[in-house]
Amino acid sequence: MKRISTLILALVLIGSLLLASCAPQPAAPQEPAQPAATEETTSEEPMPAAEVKAVIGFTASQTGSLNVESTRQVNGLNLWMKQVNDAGGVKLSDGSVVKFESKFYDDESNKDRVQELYTRLATEDNANFLISPYSSGLADAAAVIAEQYGKVMITTGAASDSTYMKGYTLVFQAYTPASKYLTGAADLLAATDPSVKKIAIVHENDKFSTDVSTALNEYALAQGYEIVLFEGYDSGTTDFAPFINKIAEAAPEAIMGGGHFQDGSTFAKQLSEKNIDVKFVALLVAPPEPSFAELGAAALGIIGPSQWEPLANFNADAAKAVGMDFYGPSSQEFTDAYKAAYTEDPSYHAAGGYIAGLLLQKAIEQAGSLDPQAVKTALDSVDLLTFFGHIKFDTTAEAHGLQVGHSMVYIQWQGDATNLAKQVVWPQEGATAETVYPLP
Amino acid sequence: MDLIAFVVDGLLIGFVYGIAAMGLTLIWGVMNVINLSHGPIIALGSFGVYLLFTNLGLNPYLSLVVVAVAGLATGMFIYFVAIQRVINAPHLSTLLATFSVNMIIIGLGTAAFTTTPYTVNFSLGGLSAGPVTVLGTRVVAALAAILVTSALYLFLYRTRLGKFVRAVANNRAAAELMGIPSSRILALSFGLGTMLAAIAGGLIATFFPFTILSGGTYELKSFVISVLGGLGNPLGALAGGLVLGTIEGIIPKYLPTTWVPVLEFLMFIIILLVRPTGLFGAKK
Repeated sequence: MKRISTLILALVLIGSLLLASCAPQPAAPQEPAQPAATEETTSEEPMPAAEVKAVIGFTASQTGSLNVESTRQVNGLNLWMKQVNDAGGVKLSDGSVVKFESKFYDDESNKDRVQELYTRLATEDNANFLISPYSSGLADAAAVIAEQYGKVMITTGAASDSTYMKGYTLVFQAYTPASKYLTGAADLLAATDPSVKKIAIVHENDKFSTDVSTALNEYALAQGYEIVLFEGYDSGTTDFAPFINKIAEAAPEAIMGGGHFQDGSTFAKQLSEKNIDVKFVALLVAPPEPSFAELGAAALGIIGPSQWEPLANFNADAAKAVGMDFYGPSSQEFTDAYKAAYTEDPSYHAAGGYIAGLLLQKAIEQAGSLDPQAVKTALDSVDLLTFFGHIKFDTTAEAHGLQVGHSMVYIQWQGDATNLAKQVVWPQEGATAETVYPLP
Repeated sequence: MDLIAFVVDGLLIGFVYGIAAMGLTLIWGVMNVINLSHGPIIALGSFGVYLLFTNLGLNPYLSLVVVAVAGLATGMFIYFVAIQRVINAPHLSTLLATFSVNMIIIGLGTAAFTTTPYTVNFSLGGLSAGPVTVLGTRVVAALAAILVTSALYLFLYRTRLGKFVRAVANNRAAAELMGIPSSRILALSFGLGTMLAAIAGGLIATFFPFTILSGGTYELKSFVISVLGGLGNPLGALAGGLVLGTIEGIIPKYLPTTWVPVLEFLMFIIILLVRPTGLFGAKK
């Protein structure tokens, strides 16, 4: 029996390790999908411009827990690449034309794989520019490699602030940073019902969600809220019942926090099933996803911050009204093109993928070359409105590359269980409907 | 909130853990094989219910019957293909054989379903009594677990075939001398173990999202429960499941939820060291 016990113990340890390494190990990294090639040159110039290839390297989480969000992000990036190539590429100052091609691998939603693969992208694949993987943890792992190999990287799908406090000079953030991700929910709550004082902040135990929740905690305390519970749950949690009991015990009036799509939607579903008596729920990442509506009644009234919404109509006229330059397609044009390409509504992850490419395009155009330093300088000077909203980077040494222009919009699922619609409820100037409050 | 709410939630999920562990412990009890393909089989059970419910509109609980039969057949198939030849070899051979099956299922499952989470959009609403609100689906899952356990018990102790299974478990050579076709009984036992895993997976699908990889978590829990309840003791496994579920339910009341796995596995090691026959007595 003793031998058997030892054997079982050893097995469980091995099992845990295997589980942690997330079983499937593709034999070899996948070949990149080739963007639709457009061989025809439409220009009538006597001397056809020399064509230069720029390789955009990135990893995608084709497997693992970040699969849903990452796939949409890559869809957005691919759409940008197809459009810019179809439109004839980007003209450089020496008269040559840049066409883009992508090189990517599956990172299995795994940080260690990210560092391995970005090193490979930078050295063996000679990527000219890098786009980050989805999620703050993975993007942070990739950023250090980009900096080390002198490659300009646009991070998207990654909101942590800390990546930009490390003295990097070539990493630029497209998203609103985590420190401002959920603070608007506290403002919205204050504007909707000033009598509410008790908030429970519950979050997934990963870098991004913890950063957001910690920033929210500080902000809410400063606003005079009482935080009755501040606690994390493991990534991959599926049974929230005991945790929800604990939340109920703390008797909050509002719940804020969450993590990513899988845990966030499960949490919302189980909150509703448990019939918890709260007035206001704002969760990260999951609510803005169109598939969140599949929860039916459980989605009703849930609020979520979104980096971008098709409803928020950024276009050249809006830019003119506030005296800014506009670049790229309007929100409407992007939404239509995305729908045509993927037969689904774009989520903000998809828009995040597209904007990463668009920013590179703008910077290369402005720099007139593919030289990393010239592109970096061009990115430093970016201050414009795009379909994604206002984009401007911090250029100080302390927080170089941090996004300082962009701000979140807050959506809420309204209607009834069978006919749900997303509405923008905050900020007030962008709102498309009144906040449904308290929760039905 | 009353402790009772935490306990009830824990107990309900404990029943499902119990069934999953019963499958693992039955296979160990009868043939001394540690089935490393247990986790993916649980996930396949979830996908079975999902596919029948989503594509054919079959009620998840009716789907469970189909999944159970398919689980039995799959188990017997796995036995004849991968295990029979190495059944008398050292433990490492059967471990590797079942681990290979594990990798094959995960590989095929990832290709077919990716690792994007799936959910069965099925609800029976909630039941409230005082401070306790529980999900209809979890109550039914617990009832199904009791039903399956009773059926297994009746099979093992009230049928001739069940007697054969117990005989082979006790002493395979002697059973063969008595004319019991041990090879077929072993296949049946492996099939039954797989069937229990598939049923557990099917029940899990009615309330949790799942991917082809989610079985791994339940497989690890099954190890803990099997040791807790006594290796090779199916009823002990159900009891062990209830103990583990209750612990998972109660810990969050007093400690951050991240402590749950720490304490679970600490308990696992202590049991292995102090009482390796488990709380409820192991086979023999």
